[in-house]
Amino acid sequence: MPASITGLFAEPWALTLLKVIAVFVVVMPMVAYSVVAERRISAWIQDRVGPNRVGIPFTNIKLLGLGQPLADGLKALVKEDFTPGHVRKVFFWMAPAVAMVPSFVVLAVVPFGSMLGSQKMVIADLNVGILFTFGIVSLGVYGVVLAGYASNSKYSFLGGIRSTAQMISYEIAMGLAVVPVFMLAADPTWQKGLSQSWSVYLEGAGLLNLSSVIAYQSDTLFHWLMFKQPIAFAIFLIAIFAETNRLPFDLPESETELVAGYHTEYSSMSFALFFMGEYAAMIAGSALMVVLFCGGWTLPLGDFFNTPAQSLGQGLVHIGVFIAKIAMFLVLMIWIRWMLPRFRYDQLMNIGWKRFLPLSLANIIFTAIVLWVLHS
Amino acid sequence: MEGTLFNIFAGLTLLSAFMVVANPFSRNPVTSAMFLVTAMISISGLFVLLGAYFLAAVQILVYAGAVMVLFLFVIMLLDLREAARRKLNLISLAMGIMAVGALFSVYKSSLESTYGEAPQQHEAANTGQAEAKPAKVVGSTRALGQALFSKDNGFILPFEIVSILLLVAMVGVILLSRKEPR
Repeated sequence: MPASITGLFAEPWALTLLKVIAVFVVVMPMVAYSVVAERRISAWIQDRVGPNRVGIPFTNIKLLGLGQPLADGLKALVKEDFTPGHVRKVFFWMAPAVAMVPSFVVLAVVPFGSMLGSQKMVIADLNVGILFTFGIVSLGVYGVVLAGYASNSKYSFLGGIRSTAQMISYEIAMGLAVVPVFMLAADPTWQKGLSQSWSVYLEGAGLLNLSSVIAYQSDTLFHWLMFKQPIAFAIFLIAIFAETNRLPFDLPESETELVAGYHTEYSSMSFALFFMGEYAAMIAGSALMVVLFCGGWTLPLGDFFNTPAQSLGQGLVHIGVFIAKIAMFLVLMIWIRWMLPRFRYDQLMNIGWKRFLPLSLANIIFTAIVLWVLHS
Repeated sequence: MEGTLFNIFAGLTLLSAFMVVANPFSRNPVTSAMFLVTAMISISGLFVLLGAYFLAAVQILVYAGAVMVLFLFVIMLLDLREAARRKLNLISLAMGIMAVGALFSVYKSSLESTYGEAPQQHEAANTGQAEAKPAKVVGSTRALGQALFSKDNGFILPFEIVSILLLVAMVGVILLSRKEPR
C-alpha cells in the first residue's frame, strides 16, 4: 500500500493537485479570518468592542472571538436565498461564481515558498507569470458587471457601470507600474552571479517568471523593489486598492448613494460569495505586492532565509514568512479602509488617468535612462 | 493528451463563436458578448497548445480583459433591447460566405508556403535521415520582442506605422466626441 501511494506521487499531476488543494486549504481560512480581522480592527479604530464572543461551539471558551467565521458561515448558509422576480436569472446565478474564481486562479502562478523536498512551491511555474496574472486580474471585473446587469435595478446597474470604468482605468496604471520592475529584474547579467542553490532553483525559469523577481530581491533589504522603485510600488499599491474595490475606491458599492451597489439584490450564500471574492482578491493582490516589491518568501537575514530551502523545516519557514508578509498587507488594507473617506467619481478618474498614467510612463522612461547610463 | 486538449479548445471556440452570432435561446446582446469572451479564452488555450505562451496571456489580457469589458460597457450604456431576429438576407449571406472563403484561401496558401515541404520531411524521417524536425515555434517573450524591435531584420517600421495609425485614431475619437462645437 505505501508503495502504491509513493508511486502515485511520482506522477506530476498528483503533486500539482496536492498543491492546489493545499493552497485552497490555506487560503480559505485566511479569507475567513481576514473578515474577522476587518471587524475587529474596525472596532478598535472606532472604539467599539467588535465580535469577541464566539469561541468553540457548545463550550464556554471564547478565544477572543476566533470562532466568528463558523457563525458567519452558518448564518449565510441557513438564511433564505431570495431571488427577486425582476432579475435575469442565468447571469444572476453566474455572477457570484465569476466574481470568486479569478482571485484563486491568480494564486496559481504566485511562488508562495521556496522548496519542500524537491518540489518548487508554486502551482504553475509559468514563464509569462506576470502577464498571466494581469490577464486573470482583468477578468475579475466580469463578476461585478454581470451582477450589476443581471440584478436589473438602477443601483446595481450604476455599480456595475462604475466598476467597469474604474477597473479598466486602474489596470492600465497597474500594468505600466510593473514595467520598471521587470526592466530591473529581467536583466540576464545578474543571474550569472547567483549562488549554486539559486541557480538550481531558477533552472529553466524565464526572466518574466515571478521566481526570478524574488531571486533579484533576495540579497539585502535595499534590493527589495519597494525601495528601488518607490513610485512603481506606490502606484501598484493604490491600483490594487482600486482593483479590489476597497475604500477609498469602493464606488461600485458605495452604500451612501447606491444602497449596496452591484450586490444590492443578493442575499445569503450568493452575497457571501461576493464577500469572500473580495477578500480572496485582497489576498491575491497582497501576494502579488509581496512577490513583486517585498522580496517574496525571502528575508534579508542570512542564508537560512534568503536561499532556496534545503530541508523541510526551512521550506516551511519560508512559507510562513510569505504568509506573514501577506498578513501585513491585509492589515494595511483594512486599516486604510477605516481611515479614509471615499473619492468622488471625477476625482477617481482624474487620479487614474491624469496622475498615475503619466507618472508611471515617466517612471518607465526614467528607469530606462538610468539603466542606459549605467550600462554604457 | 495534446490532441484531446486541442479538440476541447477548438470545439469550445467554434461552439461559443456560433452562439455569439446565432444563439437559438436568446437574442440578448450581453449573452452574445459573454460567449465572445469564452471564445477568446478558448483561443488563448489554442495558443498555449502551440507553445505561444506570450500570445495566450496577451489574448486574455487585451481581448477578454479590456476590449470585451469596453464592449459590455457600451452595450449596457446604450441599454439595447433584445435585438429583433432579422430575416435571412440572401445578398448578405452570399457576401459572408465569400468573405469566409477568401479568408480561408489566404490561410491555406500561407500554411502551404510555410509547411509546404512537410511531405518531403516525412519521407526523410521514414528513410532515417535525422534532420526532419517539426518547425520550431518560438513563443518566448524575449524572442518576440527582438523580432518586433531589432533594427536589422525586425518589424520595427511596420510596428511604428501601426502605432501612429492608432494614435491618429485616438486623436480623431477625442475630436469627434467633444461636445462643444469649434
